[in-house]
Amino acid sequence: MSAVTVFGLCAAAAVGVGLYGLITNPQPLRKIIAFNLLGSGVFLLFGIIGRRGAAAGSGNDPVPQALVITGVVVAFSATALAIALTLRLFETAGSMTLRSRAPTGPNSDPSAG
Amino acid sequence: MSIATLFEIVLAAVVLGLAIWTITVSETYSAAVGFVAYGLLVALIWVRLDAVDVAMTEAAIGGGLGGIVLLGAAARLRESEAMTAERPGRVVRLCAAALSASIAMVLAVAVLILPDPAPTLAPTVISNAGATGLANPVTNVLMAFRAMDTMLEKVVLMLAIVGVWSLASDQAWGGRPGPRHEADPNGVLAFLARLTPPAGIVIGIYLLWTGADHPGGAFQGGAVLASMWLLVIMAGLADTPPVSSRSLRLILVAGPGVFLVVGLGGLCFGPAFLAYPVAFAKPLILGIEVAMTLTIAATLALLLAGAPERSATR
Repeated sequence: MSAVTVFGLCAAAAVGVGLYGLITNPQPLRKIIAFNLLGSGVFLLFGIIGRRGAAAGSGNDPVPQALVITGVVVAFSATALAIALTLRLFETAGSMTLRSRAPTGPNSDPSAG
Repeated sequence: MSIATLFEIVLAAVVLGLAIWTITVSETYSAAVGFVAYGLLVALIWVRLDAVDVAMTEAAIGGGLGGIVLLGAAARLRESEAMTAERPGRVVRLCAAALSASIAMVLAVAVLILPDPAPTLAPTVISNAGATGLANPVTNVLMAFRAMDTMLEKVVLMLAIVGVWSLASDQAWGGRPGPRHEADPNGVLAFLARLTPPAGIVIGIYLLWTGADHPGGAFQGGAVLASMWLLVIMAGLADTPPVSSRSLRLILVAGPGVFLVVGLGGLCFGPAFLAYPVAFAKPLILGIEVAMTLTIAATLALLLAGAPERSATR
């Protein structure tokens, strides 16, 4: 079994795990983490494609590598924006839920729902 | 089975185990810690795939900075966790598991039946390396052959910081992002924040410079510089700048700005947008990279600091 197969299967499984967490975790922050897992699986799949395209003395096709580097930075900035939105949601609504009607907890503001 | 294959299988298993643990652990803070460990091990996978440039970016930005922003948010939201909504019902979870498993299966099959010989652009990139005078093929692709992607990505970074800043409340607008950090002036954090930055800044600049011929470049160098700045801020030795500061805003637009000017220069005096004249290709690329590194360092650090929370005078 070559490195491409081992890590390719690992990347496919990471996409599945991330998707499952994205759907089933109710908290926004956990959804963000799960989405990042999913994204890193997709990047790894792209890295597998690049590894198979190794030629002309370079061990990994440089074009997918450059695209993944760009993708990692964009994924980070999207994560930071999503977290800022989550913190702001908590600040204004006083609760951490994505449901349209906020639970009637001690801190929740009924007008925020 | 060779020892290398065994190592790869163990690495893949540990990465997958961490991913599953990150999803299923009950505390969000633990999940964030798991994600940091996951990011660092994924960087090891990138090294095994012979993509050292990506490995450095993944370790510095994906695992490192991404981990800090997640840990910070998890710590702030810790108290709210008790009153969050219950998990979805069993049917929803079973359907989600079936959907995720089938998608993972399809991807796994796709990995196993990839075409042979694999399509590749590596020979084209290597044979055109002389046009820019850079020996690192990844930097060549980032800065010359697909420079448009990199430029637009700088614009995305700028939009992200605009988005984060615009979440400030009205009275904090124009103020300093994040809380004021207080640390023991004789503690370990303050000691490290004095000891590490001189070496860290040199490493960041070296990564930028060596990116022309070896793994490294503007992203990796910028991430190291950003982490040095953050270390000093978190130790309370410096404060975040107010977002209304003009010099800060100039730094934030320097990267995409210089890139755009050089690109338009190619359109006016050369054949196409972002076409570098061969004689000046390397100096032009270096100039863009220096501006980009400053922008990346400032943007990454400020994205981590979050929305403005305090008025500029305090």
